[in-house]
Amino acid sequence: MTDLELHGETAPPMSNGEIIFEAPWQNRLFGIAEAMYQQGYFDRDTFRVYLIRAITHWETENLGQTDQNYAYFDCFQNALTQLLQDNALLETSALEHRILELQARPHGHDHHDHDHDHDHDH
Amino acid sequence: MSDQPSPQSLRTEAIETLLIEKKLLTSEAIDTVLTTFSEQVGPMNGAKLVARAWVDQSFKARLLEDATTIVQEYGFEGGQVDKLIVKACSESVHHVVVCTLCSCYPWAVLGLPPRWYKDPGYRSRIVREPRKVLTEMGLTLPETTSIKVWDSSAEIRYLVLPLRPAGTEDLDETALAELITRDAMIGVAAIEPPS
Repeated sequence: MTDLELHGETAPPMSNGEIIFEAPWQNRLFGIAEAMYQQGYFDRDTFRVYLIRAITHWETENLGQTDQNYAYFDCFQNALTQLLQDNALLETSALEHRILELQARPHGHDHHDHDHDHDHDH
Repeated sequence: MSDQPSPQSLRTEAIETLLIEKKLLTSEAIDTVLTTFSEQVGPMNGAKLVARAWVDQSFKARLLEDATTIVQEYGFEGGQVDKLIVKACSESVHHVVVCTLCSCYPWAVLGLPPRWYKDPGYRSRIVREPRKVLTEMGLTLPETTSIKVWDSSAEIRYLVLPLRPAGTEDLDETALAELITRDAMIGVAAIEPPS
């Protein structure tokens, strides 16, 4: 898997090269949210409200957990999903159906190449 | 390593494919966003501002007065900076930035936030016990230096102007910028002098 790589002039100087995205799906999810925002489907303040709500919910459910278990991008995904559903941009049933379809793909399937968490080539 | 994508990965792919089918989004639009963030946005933007402020006192004064306008003048891309405030460290006061509620961050000057910036531990503890947290992160400040913690919001983002290290008097702006770290501009590290 690869992470969003900062390079060239934007390369973080000194010891700034910490991984921001721990898995490609997080990178892609960020891109989806940012692209939807840029195209005017929602504003940042609204998304922030959803994100704060998702984070608060996670923290309530996971009191006492240590930092390394923190699932920020799970919260980010929940926030984006809820926001899209509340704005009638995404239907819950369609989403669940699509997830099942993607799950049922045969090995070696031909699909979007952004995150499969496995290490063979397509 | 499992052959099965994670549930989060599947959900992300499902969201993307459905939005594309509904013609709300294109793969190219997502790719463009990610390319922009990977190639054009990063902490070097902030480092340029800090380095110039170190060598140009009138620029430093303007930066502390109205950083938002300066960021617009520089044309930095990558997310909104509705209002950017720069806080200059001194021997007596050290500044550090957090977003206690989520992950508000000055993207245009620092790129994307590091993982620890979003963690509950940092977000809560840096407010309660900043000196201890900074020490744990490798920055031990003299007891005589007070610490001010700035809580970012949707409207206001902060950038820390760190102290210029000794031994850099002969360096030009470009060389200085290379010394400047993201973490120092959040306020959790000092700038190390050139080795």
